[in-house]
Amino acid sequence: MSIGVAAVIVLSGLGEGARRYLRGQFEFIGSNVVGVVPGKAETSGGIPGVGGVPNDLTIADARALEREVRQARLVAPATVGTETISAGERSRQIVVIGSTSENFEIRKLELRAGRFLPKAPWERGTRVVVLSHKLALELFPGVNPLGSVVRVGGWRMRVIGVLASQGVRFGMNLDETVFVPVATAQAMFDKESLFRIALQVRPGADIERVKKRCIAILRERHGEEDFTITTPDSILGSLESILTMLTLGLAGIASISMAVAGIGIMNVMLVSVSERTEEIGLSKALGAAPTQVLALFVAEAAMLSALGGLLGLAIGYAALQTASWLIPGFPFHVPLWAATSAMTLSIAVGTAFGLLPASRAVRLDPTAALSGGPR
Amino acid sequence: MIRMHDIWRTYDVGDSQVHALAGVDEHIRAGEHVAIMGPSGSGKSTLLNIIGCLDRPTRGSYELDGREIAGLSEAQLSRVRREVIGCVFQSYHLVPRLTAGQNVELPLVFAGVPRAERAQRVAEALDVVGLSERARHRPAQLSGGQRQRVAIARAMISGPRLLLADEPTGNLDRAAGEEILAHLDQLNAHGLTLIVVTHDPEVARRAKRIIVLEDGKIARRLPANELVSVVDALRNLERSV
Repeated sequence: MSIGVAAVIVLSGLGEGARRYLRGQFEFIGSNVVGVVPGKAETSGGIPGVGGVPNDLTIADARALEREVRQARLVAPATVGTETISAGERSRQIVVIGSTSENFEIRKLELRAGRFLPKAPWERGTRVVVLSHKLALELFPGVNPLGSVVRVGGWRMRVIGVLASQGVRFGMNLDETVFVPVATAQAMFDKESLFRIALQVRPGADIERVKKRCIAILRERHGEEDFTITTPDSILGSLESILTMLTLGLAGIASISMAVAGIGIMNVMLVSVSERTEEIGLSKALGAAPTQVLALFVAEAAMLSALGGLLGLAIGYAALQTASWLIPGFPFHVPLWAATSAMTLSIAVGTAFGLLPASRAVRLDPTAALSGGPR
Repeated sequence: MIRMHDIWRTYDVGDSQVHALAGVDEHIRAGEHVAIMGPSGSGKSTLLNIIGCLDRPTRGSYELDGREIAGLSEAQLSRVRREVIGCVFQSYHLVPRLTAGQNVELPLVFAGVPRAERAQRVAEALDVVGLSERARHRPAQLSGGQRQRVAIARAMISGPRLLLADEPTGNLDRAAGEEILAHLDQLNAHGLTLIVVTHDPEVARRAKRIIVLEDGKIARRLPANELVSVVDALRNLERSV
């Protein structure tokens, strides 16, 4: 019983922690950011933006959205590719993100030195690059990289800024990334298509309406809906439902272990009944009512399972404490519903499985029970 | 007080049936002191258990104080056991982990009597059997005679009108047994109906009359002072069994 309850505690703590972690990430990014990616989830069959691309998203599309979606405060087109960057003899494989000045604010980036991409017409591609902190250290150890020239692919680019360490966001490690103007990236990779258009919505705006507006505008331009709009809610929603299913599934397994524990309690109680037949018979001979005998054994079963449940709670919480000490930063948290339902379930299961032995005790014939006496 | 008519108690053993009691008819009046005797297997204890409502007859009618026992539910039976009947057994059947006082208290606990009243009645009951100083002793710390006296106190505490004793002196030496029998006589003198099962003629002699069972039936009824011939009869029976 302890194990079952402890399992429920730990698993729900993990599940809830994961959910909170994701939420935290989302809130950091900004719950008011809407993304447009090419491809419809159904047609490409996978996560939008990855896999086959039916129709390109272009800078012109982004301009159209900027012009016509009133509620959009900032719009940033982005394209992505991989290249080699080199400075002197040092070189590295990196991810190149082609974007605009707006991306700085949308992504909540932080600068360490210099500046981000200039506020210039998106269609103009200048030869400037913003390095990540890690790359700046690797390529220019001990030297200020600002103003230096690096080669990205065959292109000579001037370093105008260095980002502060951002760490991992949604699995994308910005440590291996550089930012260049979007038009430069398009020329570099010889493709017009954008990998994403991000919109930051004005505070207080209705995200659903913005989404509908974007769909309308782009559908007119493309002739069909060959793109997907991702809102934070939709991503959060699908992730949440996956997590919920996972948590529930695991909690289901934990509940099975509780049922097994219940059977264990039943066996313990059955043995107890058979060992105490004399006592039970005596009680009945002395006038104990059937309900009193039943109540006694059911109460014992309930207490056994309650104790087991409490022990399980203690074990579960201790395990989570250890985990959060080992993995600091992960917001392990046990939702109240998990703890209370685990305790309730453990008592209920224990009591239910105690009923059979209890009814056996009740049906004991006092004479048979007292057969330690004379014949 | 007790009316039994055509009482049978049958057990199914495999394909056949064993009749522990095979048609017992008997009346016992209030205040009587009756001894039940008979060889082993004659059904003495079975009869006592049925009288004490610890067992139900397979067939027949048993009326206690005018009430037909067969029709009572378990809950009603437990009330009868609590309020009307007291039982004393050969092996005392005290709860080893409770003190003497707590053992005596048990029937009151089942009856839902409040704590203060229980304490007072326990004190009185132990006083009657002369064990007031031993109230806090566990059965293991008491002699056989003392244990049986605790059992008597327990049996009497609810104020029953009928006391059943199954070989009450069976595990006791002569002196202790005498003490117990004296207690029982006293209670009977105060109006308690007393039924004792015994194989010991000395115990049976103290009753007013004796019922002899044989093969589940009443073989003889006789007044206690005719006991000598019964002892012979018993010896004959046991030889032939």
